[in-house]
Amino acid sequence: MAGDARAAATGTAGAHAPARPARPRVGHVGADAATVHRFGSTERLLHAAHGSAFMVMLATGLVLYLPFLAQTVSARPLMKAVHLVAAVAWLGALALTALLGDRRALRQTRRDLERFDADDRLWLARRLPSRKAPGMRLPVSAVGSIPQGRFNAGQKVHSVVQAALSVLFVVSGTLLWLGERNTDLRLPGTLALHDMAMLVGSVLVAGHVYMALGPEHRPSLEGITKGTVPAGYAATHHPKWTPSPTDPGPSSPSGLGRRALAVIVVVIALGAAVLLVRDIYGGDDGPRQPTVPVTHLTTPGPV
Amino acid sequence: MVSDVADSDPPDGRPVGRRAFLGLVAGGLTSLVWGGAAMDVAGKSTMLVPEGLRAAIPFGQGWRIYAVNPPYPRLDPATWRLRIDGLVARPMALTYADLLRLPRARQTSDFHCVTGWSVDDVRWTGVRFSDLLAAARPLPSARALTFISAEDPYVDSLTLKQAMAPDAMLAHAMDDEPLTRPHGAPVRVVMPQMYGYKGVKWLNRITVTDRAVDGYWQQRGYDRDAYVEGSNGR
Repeated sequence: MAGDARAAATGTAGAHAPARPARPRVGHVGADAATVHRFGSTERLLHAAHGSAFMVMLATGLVLYLPFLAQTVSARPLMKAVHLVAAVAWLGALALTALLGDRRALRQTRRDLERFDADDRLWLARRLPSRKAPGMRLPVSAVGSIPQGRFNAGQKVHSVVQAALSVLFVVSGTLLWLGERNTDLRLPGTLALHDMAMLVGSVLVAGHVYMALGPEHRPSLEGITKGTVPAGYAATHHPKWTPSPTDPGPSSPSGLGRRALAVIVVVIALGAAVLLVRDIYGGDDGPRQPTVPVTHLTTPGPV
Repeated sequence: MVSDVADSDPPDGRPVGRRAFLGLVAGGLTSLVWGGAAMDVAGKSTMLVPEGLRAAIPFGQGWRIYAVNPPYPRLDPATWRLRIDGLVARPMALTYADLLRLPRARQTSDFHCVTGWSVDDVRWTGVRFSDLLAAARPLPSARALTFISAEDPYVDSLTLKQAMAPDAMLAHAMDDEPLTRPHGAPVRVVMPQMYGYKGVKWLNRITVTDRAVDGYWQQRGYDRDAYVEGSNGR
């Protein structure tokens, strides 16, 4: 470990300046105008659904839960309804993407994200503070010299942790929802788990957004908005990745069975959303007033 | 060392991420058992920071105040009356001054919300229900109290037996200050053994009945006897 860091500090810091010339290998039409395919519409939709659902649930969750926001807004039923409907919409969107989207692309992306090789381990090791100079991290340019595939090791770690957090959010959120009614289901750590997932998730998302908007990685932003990145950027930051110039498209269109399942998912999600809202607002047919016998309310006598 | 491992790697790496994912999920789920204790420690440690700052800490021991029909009712203690009616020999309407003249009780108790948060060691000042009801004289058929809030349609009830618990009271002061509007001014029900929704705020009427009636949250499926007991990590 220490040796790695030393090697990085002495051997690579100056070797590759950030402005290293691009060497596009694919789709080299002319100069830097060439772009390569990075994310298909399925992955971009999945990212948009995941990201916007996170933001909506973070905002409403904080209003529900942060003391000063809860006191300022105080509209708990509305916040809870938005929070829970967003959760249903999020899960529905994930299911629909898996059913109707480009499954080949999703499988490839998952494979790209979950596999780590020696370069990834080295990349991560060099992100850690050096033991020689505590608190000092190597400049990005030094780390960037370790060749990375379609995703760098940091992006992989981020995705793995976010995927795990998603499961933990769903489990703890469901238990919180059920536990309000039935306190037997109020496990000691339900709230703590939802809290920790929120804190870790928020820090990761803040870092993710910061990296995505930072000037050095600005070209990568096009990958998740338009689907393509400059070929030069891909060659510099992801040299072990062999991208194709255009979206190869889905291997096969989704069949009748999957489309039928998608309809079922939509029906279930809409039904769940309606039930949740009715549940939170009590519906219109429920008794709104206490069933105090009228005679008791009109007792005569001095008041 | 690194190159040794690299030799055994398949060309596109090993699916370490999948194992890490499963490990994180499994590890995270164990916190369902220990998370409550950890949060209790974290929450208590936030008591060292000022309340204003604490209100910005997610796991802090701050009040999260909800209303079912915002904004909070604004009741003027000068004109406010607490009506006590129903199965009583002498229905009455107490003024705020009347209430302050009744025997005063003090207690320090923990407050638990059914949504999961808690505030420890809240100091309440108020009137025990036995003292409150003494003048109105509940009839022999009286079994329960229905608390009606100025925040329509919020109501809840306690049986007389529950209301006579040694730590149940009608509070008019919290932490040695008169109750503030967000906390239910001028008076609220305090029932520390049960979740907070049983403690009706902005109270303006107590109706004595022959049975406990469904309150606002019970009409929505919540427990009527919302005892905290062992739940909520306590």
